[in-house]
This record gives sequence, structure tokens and C-alpha cells, in this order.
Amino acid sequence: MLLIECPYCGVKAEETELSPGYEAHLKRFGPGSTDEEFEAYMFARKNPKGVHFERWRHAYGCGKWFLAARCTATLEVFGTYPAQVGEPPADIIEKIKARRPDWKGYK
Amino acid sequence: MKRYSVFAIAREALRYHTGWERAWRSPQPKKEYDAIIVGAGGHGLATAYYLGKNHGITNVAIIEKGWLGGGNTGRNTTIIRSNYLQDSSAAIYEKARSLYETMSQDLNYNVMFSPRGVMMLAQTHHEVRGYLRTAHANKLQGVETEFITPQRVKELCPILNIDGPRYPVLGALWQPRGGTGRHDAVAWGYARACSAMGMDIIQQCEVKGVRSENGVVKGVETTKGYIGCKKLGIVVAGHSGQVADMAGFRLPVEAVALQALVSEPIKPCMDVVVMANTVHGYMSQSDKGEMVIGGGTDGFNNYTQRGSFHHIEETLRALIETFPMISRLKMLRQWGGIVDMTGDRSPIISKTPLGNCFINCGWGTGGFKAIPGSGWAMADLMAKGEPGPLAAEFDMWRFKEGRFIDESVAAGVAH
Ligand SMILES: Cc1cc2nc3c(=O)[nH]c(=O)nc-3n(C[C@H](O)[C@H](O)[C@H](O)COP(=O)(O)OP(=O)(O)OC[C@H]3O[C@@H](n4cnc5c(N)ncnc54)[C@H](O)[C@@H]3O)c2cc1C
Ligand SMILES: [Zn+2]
Repeated sequence: MLLIECPYCGVKAEETELSPGYEAHLKRFGPGSTDEEFEAYMFARKNPKGVHFERWRHAYGCGKWFLAARCTATLEVFGTYPAQVGEPPADIIEKIKARRPDWKGYK
Repeated sequence: MKRYSVFAIAREALRYHTGWERAWRSPQPKKEYDAIIVGAGGHGLATAYYLGKNHGITNVAIIEKGWLGGGNTGRNTTIIRSNYLQDSSAAIYEKARSLYETMSQDLNYNVMFSPRGVMMLAQTHHEVRGYLRTAHANKLQGVETEFITPQRVKELCPILNIDGPRYPVLGALWQPRGGTGRHDAVAWGYARACSAMGMDIIQQCEVKGVRSENGVVKGVETTKGYIGCKKLGIVVAGHSGQVADMAGFRLPVEAVALQALVSEPIKPCMDVVVMANTVHGYMSQSDKGEMVIGGGTDGFNNYTQRGSFHHIEETLRALIETFPMISRLKMLRQWGGIVDMTGDRSPIISKTPLGNCFINCGWGTGGFKAIPGSGWAMADLMAKGEPGPLAAEFDMWRFKEGRFIDESVAAGVAH
């Protein structure tokens, strides 16, 4: 079972307490965008086998959305951070690099 | 290849079974092939088989990183049906279902296709309306289905509780010629037939890179070295995103875990397949007597072939009202597979940005039933370079153009 710490209330929540929300940091496109932009936003997920930045909601806790960095190949969680940031924070990136020296980086 | 028959069994019985030959060869890769298929699951093997059988292309290698049939093909709950809502889905799934009817004879391999009937329970009024609509659509598509009453449901499957307080059974969509098959045998039967046509099945060989020049694939880098090809077919289910990435394009696909489980074996008690989509569970009984049970996918990106335990609990909890007898059953084994989900829950059989590279993926939670039809359509696409009528609507550009084949309403659940 996944254990993920909610960055708001500090609870190390079990998976049953959380709802997953798939890829984080999506750039949203609206009316007037091209078909390619719209497809990329709606459907073309990164879907990596390895480091993944994703959204979770502490559904049966504080109810808030937050973001997590997790490895999809091992289920290791590198860290979590509040949802109000546009890019993964530097300390999380450092943690991942320490654990995954061959990681190609965010983007 | 020696034919399997009742006479072969008698002959071997008289000589201590010393005359059975290996079902397929395990060759070293050649320098180059007319076509390489990546992935020896059911879809990859069927593609190779129909390339040979329908198009006479036999200088083919099927490259597999593990063992053949060890992906989702060997991990699924083997439900075969074709009662889909959209015309393009019904066409390819019904083609596949009809090929299953004669597959054992065609391959000279017993795939144990058992058209025992599949029913999809309607447990809400919304579902009743949905399945009535599907039944009407199926009539127009020439797929034999029928909406049946709760009493008929009870006759067909007496262990069902149709008066559940929370989810009473209000009817069902019944496909009498749906059923199950032996998943391993489908992979093994195709593999044996491909090998007999002279194709090379190369196991324990992982594709690590795709070499291309000016938008044309030249070959693949593998753990057994570089292998050249004139055409490339990518048929790797959960790993489609990775291999597409090697080829330099992105797919509208996400990988998630789907689990299944079986109970201890019990006496025969159910001779149809029952799907209960409202509660996200389905069940059938295997020839060994185990109750084969599946549910919905886990909710996060995952490549580990194991899912979360609480999903199993959810599935069983949901099924207990409808099948009270399972509350006392011990569950024996549980496993997971990595399924490739597209945005509209329909597959992709498509050309790609590379001229001679083709992709078949996105079968997600429901592609076992499609194996022969998908292989047929993919072989057609690879041989001619253009999709035939079965594959035409399943191209990967439909997401950009908004031409979805939206089955998620009708079949958003595993099956
Ligand atoms: C638990 C579960 C229950 C299911 N129940 C049903 C059901 O009842 N009915 C139904 O119709 N469908 C069902 N499905 C779905 C069905 O199993 C799949 O859609 C189908 O088997 C996919 O077949 P495939 O040949 O595309 O993939 P796979 O059988 O997964 O084959 C892909 C192969 O590609 C190989 N591969 C991957 N990457 C590489 C690489 N880089 N190099 C070389 N080889 C590679 C893999 O090792 C694998 O063997 C279920 C799936 C699961 C997981
Ligand atoms: Zn919280």
C-alpha cells in the first residue's frame, strides 16, 4: 500500500485515504488554441516508467489537492508539495537526483 | 510441424510420449527481416500469423522481452464478447469473436473457446436505458444480443441474488455466443503456427531503441544486438509509451495496473459469465472450478504489475450483495497486469509519424477478446501500408481531431 504524506496536514496517509489525480503541472489550453495544443493538454500524457509528478487529493483527510513525485516503476515516493506551484520545487528535484542519478530531469 | 489429433495422442500413448516435438523453435535473430513485431502477446503473435496467412509475408521476427504470452495475454480473465455500442468497435470485436469460434481448428490447437454466454447486469435505471440502447445498436450491427428480464437472469445464473436491497438486478444485456477461452493457449497456438510458417519468435530479447533515418525505421536495438527491418509493428500493450518514445513520438496512452483473482476451486455452480458494471466487478467459473473475479483499474500510473490490495477488497465487497455465496469463499491467488488506457477507452491501430512503423495498442482492460480481429486488422495495415475497414477509425490522430470512439460509457469497466 502506498503511504504518501499530505503536505498540508503532515499526515502520512494510506492510499485508501487519498484519491489519485494523474499528471501534475499540465498547462491548460482553452478556446483559440490549436488542435495540437488541445490534444497535448487533454490526452498526450508523459506516462513515464520512472519519475512521475502527479496530483493527489487528501480525500478523507483535509480534502485538499497536493502534488507528489513518485516512481511508477518501484512505487517509491520522493516527496510531496502544495498544489499552488507551477514546477517541482528544487529540494524535491535534489532528492530525486540523489535517488536516481540517471534521471533525465523534469520536462 | 506435426499435426495434433486424436491419432497423434493414440500413437504417442503407445510409445511413452517420446514423439512430441517442441511447439516452436527458439532461433537466434537474423540480420534483417521484412517485418519485425515488438511484443509476443496475443496481439503481436496474431499480427504475425495473419501477415503470413493472409498476406504471404513470412520473413518475420516477433521480439519479446520476457516470455511469450507473459504480459496481459497471460494475466487476463478471458472474457470474450462483442456487444459494444459504437459501430467501429462492434465490427472489430465481432470479427474477433467470430474468429474465436473456429480458432482451434484454424490453428490446430485447442484454445478452449467456450461460448457459454455473457450477461452484463443492469442494476440501475440508467444502465437499463444504456443496455437497451446497446441491444438496439447490436441489432443494426448484426451482433446477436438481447435485453433479458430479471427472471431470465435468475434462470441462467441461479447463484445470483436479483433482489439486492442496494443494487437489485433490473435486467441484463445477454450475448449468448460470448464466453471465455484459454488465454495461454491462444498465445501458444499462434506462436506454434507462426513458427511453423518459418517466423522467428525471439524471447528474452528487449527492444531498447528504434533506429530511423529521414522518417523511416531501419531496425531496432535490442539486448541481443541490432536487428534490421523493412517494417516495424509495435504491439507492447502497457509499454507502448516507452517504445513509442524510442521511436520519437508520444501516444495518448497511460499505463495503470489492473488486477484479478481466483478463489479456491469449488463444484460447478455457474456456467455463464456475469459482469456487474455498476459495482465494478465480474465473475465466471474456470474449468478447474475456481471463481475468476476481476474489477476496475487502480487509479494511478503504475508499471509494477502489482496493484493495491484494497482494490481487491473493494471488488469483493461490491460483488457480495449480487453473489452472496462468495462471502464464504477463500481467495487463492491475485495478480496484476499493466494496461494501456487511451482517452476514449478504445484501441489504436494506426500508422505513425514514421513511414514504415505501425502501432497497435490501447486495448486497456479489454483486449483479450479482440486478439484475432486486431491481428487481422494490424496485418492488413502493415502489409498494405494503409488501414482496411476494420482499423480505419482507430488511428492515433482521432484524439487531435475529436473523432472519439467513446466506449467508456458502455464499457468503462474491466472485462
Ligand atoms: C487482470 C486483467 C484482466 C483482464 N481481463 C480481460 C478480459 O476478461 N477480457 C478481455 O478481453 N481482456 C481482458 N484484459 C485485457 C487483455 O489482457 C489485454 O488487452 C490483452 O491481453 C493485450 O494483449 P497484447 O498482446 O496487446 O499485450 P501483452 O500480452 O501484454 O503483450 C505485450 C508484450 O510486449 C512485451 N514487451 C513490452 N515492452 C517490450 C520491449 N521493449 N521489447 C520487447 N518486448 C516488449 C511484453 O513483455 C509483453 O509480453 C485483462 C487484463 C488484465 C491485466
Ligand atoms: Zn491533508
